Amino acid sequence: MKDNHAGMSLSFKIISYIIISILSLTCLFPFLLMISGSLTSNESIIRDGFHLIPQVFSLEGYNMVFTFPDQLIKAYSVTIFVTAIGTVTGLFFITMAGFVLQRKDFKYRNQFSFFIYFTTLFGGGLVPWYIMITNYFNLGDTYAVLILPGLMTPFLIILMKNFIKSAVPDELFESAKIDGANDFRIYRSIVLKLSMPGIATVGLFLALSYWNDWFLSSLFINDSSKYQLQYYLYNMINTMLFVSQMSSGTGVTLAQEIPTESTKMAMALVVTGPIVFLYPFIQRYFVKGLTVGAVKG
Amino acid sequence: MLKKRGFLFELNKNKIMFAMLIPTVLFFLINSYFPMVGIYYAFTSYDFAGGLFGSPFVGLANFKFLYQSGVLWKLTINTIGYNLVFIVLGNALAIAVAILISEVRGKLFKKLTQSIMFLPYFMSFVLLSVLAYNMFNFESGFVNQLLKSMGFAAVDIYNTPWLWPILITLFYIWKNLGYSMVIYLASIMGISDEYYEAAKIDGANILQRIRHITIPMLKPTFVILLLFALGSIMKGQFDLFYQLVGNNGLLYNVTDIIDTYVYRSLKVNFDIGMATAAGLYQSLFGFVLIMSVNAIIKKINEDYALF
Repeated sequence: MKDNHAGMSLSFKIISYIIISILSLTCLFPFLLMISGSLTSNESIIRDGFHLIPQVFSLEGYNMVFTFPDQLIKAYSVTIFVTAIGTVTGLFFITMAGFVLQRKDFKYRNQFSFFIYFTTLFGGGLVPWYIMITNYFNLGDTYAVLILPGLMTPFLIILMKNFIKSAVPDELFESAKIDGANDFRIYRSIVLKLSMPGIATVGLFLALSYWNDWFLSSLFINDSSKYQLQYYLYNMINTMLFVSQMSSGTGVTLAQEIPTESTKMAMALVVTGPIVFLYPFIQRYFVKGLTVGAVKG
Repeated sequence: MLKKRGFLFELNKNKIMFAMLIPTVLFFLINSYFPMVGIYYAFTSYDFAGGLFGSPFVGLANFKFLYQSGVLWKLTINTIGYNLVFIVLGNALAIAVAILISEVRGKLFKKLTQSIMFLPYFMSFVLLSVLAYNMFNFESGFVNQLLKSMGFAAVDIYNTPWLWPILITLFYIWKNLGYSMVIYLASIMGISDEYYEAAKIDGANILQRIRHITIPMLKPTFVILLLFALGSIMKGQFDLFYQLVGNNGLLYNVTDIIDTYVYRSLKVNFDIGMATAAGLYQSLFGFVLIMSVNAIIKKINEDYALF
């Protein structure tokens, strides 16, 4: 009987290894295809298609990307600027809100929590919001419009609240109060220090959403020098698509001079690069954050 | 009167804490509550000169048009249909993979595979559209290359609507599997080893242990995730749909959700009244839905209720 069970456990384990390996490879596969594509000559992509290993090795895509880097550098700086300012400001507001909303001696915490939570239940929709921003606040084509709407979300405030609740014991607030510290002082010198892992997690969520955003640019930005990185990529892809369709439709050999396919791949990689390099370092904060914040609800 | 004094008293006592909430209150007031006034657009035929209250009032005409043209029905079916599939498949797969990973012992293998599966979550949706194009485009896409090398005819995937519900679901799972898997894995890690030891002594095999310990213990996590998902069942994964389908009108019938319709009405057609009406319908329908679900949950098990 015991042997039978052990055998079952073993085979279950082997099956687990196999399935998980296959799934991981599937997750990785599209990236490998893209990396290979960026290192393949454009002609080869058009003739042979995308392969896991470059059929004809070439760096022409990267050459193309770095021949006219002005726009790319501009988009990079916009995104870095927006991400930095947005993340720091957002974190400041979110941690303050989380701190106050978890204080048991703050009588109206439930009312304020509901005020925030209600916005996830009901809203005016995209259009009134869009008109408010463009017609009433005149924020079209400004950096502010790329930063302000993403400063906080109800989810992040709840996450932060749970973090502080589990990281800072209530008695600490009481004893700090007795020692004469005011609430902002308590927040600054106790809460911020003790809930660093939570702040890192929420900060990464914020930074990631700023970095990956293309939606705000697409709605509010016409001036191409203010495009976010992702929207710049999006536009470039569509332009390339247009160029190659034009040339195949009209016979004008524009596409032969511009290696559209490999440039697209190279550009996608250059835009995604920072996240892939930072990923091993930031990933564990997400895992930690989801474990503490989300499971507790 | 007493209550009012109570508030002022609180305000005075905790003025610093109130002050610390000001940015948050202002943010939601402006970003979320102010636009609710604009719901009025849904009942107008918007014109630029008129603005909010100067445009001609048309009553329910916008809703009537959406309803009579069949758009509303199609959008509702698509939105809810996709979300249900996402919820069911997404959670089932995440639970299955989390259980499998928890049974694996190799630490490095565990870490590596978990990282790889979580990676797509960090990628932008614009990149997703690039990856999809590499796989599926007619001339050079990987899938068609594979088909051709095996002697089949290439398929024009971007012109084949019935494939897209499957592809969109696959991409959704590809992008989100790691995220929900991590949440479930954390819950599994939180289950005390004693249960498993006791079950082992009682002679339960691995499948029985999963069936009678792991899965029941995941229920609270599942219910919380389910409720959150149901709450936003009328909202779509706008980024996912828009980046995969874009302005490919051929696919709208099977891929258009309320969010993409509203976005297009705003950006392409600039039909403010209609777009607001569709957005309001989404908001109201979703609100009623979540209220009903919450009421039902409250009856079944108070602990799981959202509020």
